[in-house]
Amino acid sequence: MSLLELKNISKIYGELKALDNVSINVEKGEWLAIMGPSGSGKSTMMNIIGCMDKPSLGEVLLDGVDISKESAKNLTTIRRDKIGLIFQQFHLVNYLTAVENVMVAQYYHSLPDEKEAMEALARVGLSERAKHLPSQLSGGEQQRVCVARALINHPEVVLADEPTGNLDEANENIVLDLFRQLHREGTTLIVVTHDPEVAEAAQRTIVLDHGRVAREVINENFAD
Amino acid sequence: MFFRMLRGILVRQKGKMLMIALTIALGASLATAMLNVMMDVGDKVNQELKTYGANITVYPKNASILNDIYDVEGGAQDAYLKESELGNIKTIFWAFNIVDFAPFIDTTVSLDDGGEVTLVGTWFNHHLDLPTGESLDAGVSSLRSWWDVTSGAWLDEQAMADADEAMLGSGVASRLGVKAGDVIHVKASSGEADLTVVGVYDAGGDEDDQIYAPLDTVQRLTDTDGLLSSIEVSAITTPDNELAVKAAQNPAALTIAQYETWYCTAYASSICYQIQEVITDSVASPVRQVADSEGEILEKTHLLMVLITILSLLGSALGISNLVTASVMERGAEIGLLKAIGAHDASVSGMVLTEIVITAIIGGVVGYFAGFGFAQIIGQTVFGSAIEMKAMVIPIVGVLVICVSLAGSIPAIRTLLRLRPAEVLHGR
Repeated sequence: MSLLELKNISKIYGELKALDNVSINVEKGEWLAIMGPSGSGKSTMMNIIGCMDKPSLGEVLLDGVDISKESAKNLTTIRRDKIGLIFQQFHLVNYLTAVENVMVAQYYHSLPDEKEAMEALARVGLSERAKHLPSQLSGGEQQRVCVARALINHPEVVLADEPTGNLDEANENIVLDLFRQLHREGTTLIVVTHDPEVAEAAQRTIVLDHGRVAREVINENFAD
Repeated sequence: MFFRMLRGILVRQKGKMLMIALTIALGASLATAMLNVMMDVGDKVNQELKTYGANITVYPKNASILNDIYDVEGGAQDAYLKESELGNIKTIFWAFNIVDFAPFIDTTVSLDDGGEVTLVGTWFNHHLDLPTGESLDAGVSSLRSWWDVTSGAWLDEQAMADADEAMLGSGVASRLGVKAGDVIHVKASSGEADLTVVGVYDAGGDEDDQIYAPLDTVQRLTDTDGLLSSIEVSAITTPDNELAVKAAQNPAALTIAQYETWYCTAYASSICYQIQEVITDSVASPVRQVADSEGEILEKTHLLMVLITILSLLGSALGISNLVTASVMERGAEIGLLKAIGAHDASVSGMVLTEIVITAIIGGVVGYFAGFGFAQIIGQTVFGSAIEMKAMVIPIVGVLVICVSLAGSIPAIRTLLRLRPAEVLHGR
């Protein structure tokens, strides 16, 4: 059984179909990239996979559970327990330090543990910057804090929306290296991107166009 | 973590929270000032109104019956009150509300020009040692403070020489052609005396055709030592309500609970009742016109204060509502993020409300002390005296501030509950 199954899902806004009868399977431990031009339905798909939205039609099975029928409250719980989110704009709480931003995710999941949060920051190379506020960190450092926050609760899936969209090349490479490391450790990664280089780092790429799966590409040269 | 987040918001975002605290402080200060003034204004206005004279008169029971039958003022022959019981007035339950009082005895005297005039015996500034151990100065010099002394000065009982002294109404003085320092001869039923005129007053009424002399002088001239024909009392009273009206008609008709409430409230009727209890064979009755006017003025002043307090709190609630809603909207991405990483609506709402309550407490404390300062400014400006700090205002303002802050936060909480992480995180 796949970790994530999207079965004939559509998202319809009035007469607009943001997603049109899309079906995708993601296996446990797989690294999938979702590509497509603006308006192709990437963000809509990410919202649905990330339990932040529900499809108008179809089923979404996460770990065998149909999340398309769940209430908003249950979706929050599923998101908290099973999904780690990384955003293009980082979205850190600006009045909390780096380590506190990681601990916030622990707080809403179970119990905050500063030692564990520090270890997560060390893993992304930021133990020296743990007590800094987001405004005192570079874009690359902020994104690494987001990665640490996404991983802290050991999610089933890490869902990243344009994770390198606001980064320079050096920081992009640091983040991709982190993803490779996560993949080696067995973490399931779904990365929404418009950057071919980021997509090429994944095992498999799905290209969306006008809300439909235009093509699927297996990366023959994929290497951890 | 909750407290670290709270500290982060309160310390690192102190500018925003300070604005909210200031708005709350402004509302709390207005409420504090108005409530303190409102609770003290009754006493203050009453004190002001007391300068317009007595609001309770006490007659002997027999004289009162005649008054009721014939609708005339004054005592009946052979019906007197006892001077020795006067001090008892300051021993009743509402003793502290008795601001001033003066005994009266009057008689008609003949003058040298052959004419007759009313001679009134009373206290001017009589020093009285009370059974309670306290002492006070009471009499017409404070009870008739509106008298305009046009010649000489007020009669000072405490500095009076052996000679009999008197104050003349302007009508009598003009008729006799006398002024302060002159001596007039009066002849009463049981004696005659030479009275030195120490002052001439203009009262603007019947009193201008009367002579006022110390009580014992008139008692000697009428052979009524230790007796009084009436007492006038100036008391701070509470405006009448239905209970007071019912009690004034017949206190025996009240239930025990009603009786206790009425007896322990400073209604004019309950003070009259208590005076009757300590002055033998007396009938005390409120001067309705004065008591009613005082009541009306007090009620209107209270109403005005209540309206201003409500309006100031409404204004504060609107200000808080706008600021908190704006703050939540500004923090939309942060709140969306918290929801995205697993925070339920209740925990996010709880955090925002806790921030508001803490800010409200800080603003409320600052506002309370500022408001007390405002109350003093109002007190000194309007009444020329300090406004007393009422302990009851603290819990009232506390509850009002928390309620107004929470009510003002409702629109913000509604906005917060409507926030969908997918929308705010994608900047939609």
